[in-house]
Amino acid sequence: MASPDDLTGPRQRFFEARRKVFPKKIDGTFRRLKWAVMAATLTIYYVTPWLRWDRGPYAPDQAVLLDLAHRRFYMFSIEIWPHEFYYVAGLLIMAAIGLFLVTSAVGRAWCGYACPQTVWTDLFVHVERLIEGDRNAQIKLDRSAWNVEKLAKRGTKFALWLAIAMATGGAWIFYFADAPTLAHQLFNGTAPFIAYGTIGVLTFTTFTLGGLMREQVCIYMCPWPRIQSAMMDENSLAVTYKFWRGEPRTHGTKRAHEDPAVKVGDCIDCNACVAVCPTGIDIREGSQIGCITCGLCIDACDQIMERIGREPRLIGYTTEADAERAVAGQPTLSPLKRLFRPRTIIYFLVWAGIGLGMLFAVGARQHLGISVVQNRNPLWVRLSDGSIRNTYMVKVRNMEARPRQVRIAIDGVPGVMWNENGSREAAGRSVTITVPADKVAETQLFVAAPAADTDRDDVVFTAHALDGQGETASDDSFFERPEK
Amino acid sequence: MADKRVDKATGTQTVGHEWDGIEELDTPMPRWWLIIFYATIVFAIGYSIMYPAWPMLNRATAGVLGWTSHKQLRQEMAAADKKRAPIINALATTPIENLPANPKLLHAAEIGGRSAFKVHCVQCHGSGAAGGKGYPNLNDDDWLWGGDLATIQQTLQHGIRQPGDDQTRMSQMPAFGRDQLLTPDEIQDVVSYVRYISHQEPASVSARRGATLFANNCAVCHGPDGKGDRKVGAPNLTDAIWLYGGDRGTITQTVTNARYGIMPAWHGRLDPVTIKMLAAYVHSLGGGEASPAQQQLAETNVSAEKADGQP
Repeated sequence: MASPDDLTGPRQRFFEARRKVFPKKIDGTFRRLKWAVMAATLTIYYVTPWLRWDRGPYAPDQAVLLDLAHRRFYMFSIEIWPHEFYYVAGLLIMAAIGLFLVTSAVGRAWCGYACPQTVWTDLFVHVERLIEGDRNAQIKLDRSAWNVEKLAKRGTKFALWLAIAMATGGAWIFYFADAPTLAHQLFNGTAPFIAYGTIGVLTFTTFTLGGLMREQVCIYMCPWPRIQSAMMDENSLAVTYKFWRGEPRTHGTKRAHEDPAVKVGDCIDCNACVAVCPTGIDIREGSQIGCITCGLCIDACDQIMERIGREPRLIGYTTEADAERAVAGQPTLSPLKRLFRPRTIIYFLVWAGIGLGMLFAVGARQHLGISVVQNRNPLWVRLSDGSIRNTYMVKVRNMEARPRQVRIAIDGVPGVMWNENGSREAAGRSVTITVPADKVAETQLFVAAPAADTDRDDVVFTAHALDGQGETASDDSFFERPEK
Repeated sequence: MADKRVDKATGTQTVGHEWDGIEELDTPMPRWWLIIFYATIVFAIGYSIMYPAWPMLNRATAGVLGWTSHKQLRQEMAAADKKRAPIINALATTPIENLPANPKLLHAAEIGGRSAFKVHCVQCHGSGAAGGKGYPNLNDDDWLWGGDLATIQQTLQHGIRQPGDDQTRMSQMPAFGRDQLLTPDEIQDVVSYVRYISHQEPASVSARRGATLFANNCAVCHGPDGKGDRKVGAPNLTDAIWLYGGDRGTITQTVTNARYGIMPAWHGRLDPVTIKMLAAYVHSLGGGEASPAQQQLAETNVSAEKADGQP
């Protein structure tokens, strides 16, 4: 039985304090790959809003624009209206399944290379090294008392971080408005408050998450590592310390050479893999949630192995199944066999199926729409000649980037229709209106038909675009008469 | 009384109460909670000095800022008026018959009129302007006094049968039965005739007798063919629309006792722009007629086209 004293000890803590991480600089295959991915992703992020895409005189010429004010999303040749938001949902579903696919094939590659948290942290760490020096200098500076040098270095570092953070937030808002115009407004102080506010919020989050919190975001905040545990299996790549090669560890190689009878592993316990780790873990303890599989420990270990004349990749990307085979002395599975397995193939098929389906839907979608609401107050109006009039609020949607003439006609009642621009005397069986480019036009339609015995007739309104395309769209409604 | 002691496990004093061995710790409030608590007290003191707060005999203390909800409402209304001023000014200076030439302004007037209608008109004409017995349906194409923009505006301004307004819509139908101008049998004959010309009853001997009575008593206002006269607000008796009802009983009642529908004169109660907006709204409901000038223009165009068509 536990006594109350055990449960409420005086030094009981609920949270572990952060252990500061000072990752050491390293060069190698994976570091260079990380540089390349960082350059590519940052370029995409900063350049995309500045790309232009000609859509004619009636639509903005920004290639990627989330125009919230006018409720349009533009992505190169695709334009999405609010009622088509399911395409955005589809893209998000594709992104999720794409992550599943990547994870099941190559492990946490997203975390290690492409995740914004990783990319920006990497950038912040690099700036930190430029100012404060490498790992040992940083540790020394961190331990030293506050003096002019420490103040100057910390100040410079924070200033640079702040500049990066502001540039990050500053680039984000260009996705939501015309980039050149907004950039001009930003600097002469006439941009909307929401632009400055967004920059402020994103500056704060970038600075905090990339500069101060770093690996804690991955370990404590991000849900993705938890989900990934379910995505990974024995055939997913993970950064693995090959303990069957490395153990038992030997501090230095000398002792091993003295007595050939003593079995020694390749690991010389130099701690290089721990020193370079951006999340501060020891990969030799095995697969763990803190490992984002960035591969920097592989680079570090390879350097040491080369220096002491041993085989590289004591730490390397390996699957759990291959590790078991290696321990048992069997050859590893071929990469192709590993990649093409039911799990990855199913993920790919689902991902590609959604993508192709959406592409087809976008290509085949109607660019004309009509929506009719019968006026219920009053439900009907008796005219002086005894016929009955109904009133309809009609909206016609033109998704083309040009104005269109649209003829609206009614089927289901014998009668004439006119709108606010016409009169009953001049009325016919249809009304033609001009719908502005990329807009919804609204018109009030009056339909007069002879009195009849039915209380209600079902009618169909058809919109017909009077251009070469000849698109049509229709909507059901009804024609009401007084009850007998 | 209570037996206070220091709890060994936590080092906190108990409150001294004990229920079946369960004791309550006198744990102090968290500091952040206390700080917020004191801050709210400080805020409340400041607030009650700045804003109306303490109830007195007649009214609450005024507060040094002088804020009142009435003042705030006035400010917000003034701001809204300022925002609408360009449209209101444009509406004030544009004669109503010129509105159709400016579709944007006309649309603004209709929207404004719809709001004003919901406040001032729905009590009689209904929220959809469909009226009821004795209250005209404003959606249809039948008008007692005229359905073009300027005429509707005139009716709104001066009302119907409003004493003291010399421009009000004025007329009075005689109470043929009550004042014994016609005998009950004669009234039935007139009713037969009215129902005949409105295509509700076939021709009959009674209707034939009624025709003569109609010509002598009714045609002066309702016209020899019963199609009414807008100058005196006499309804068209040949169409399908009845303000009070077209059945025999109701028409008998109407002829016997006459009708005297009234509407308030709105000028003086509403500003001219609101009246103009109301007229535009009523006109837009589907039965609005073209202004006489416009109609003339349209007819000229038609004849011009005809002239062009000739070789």
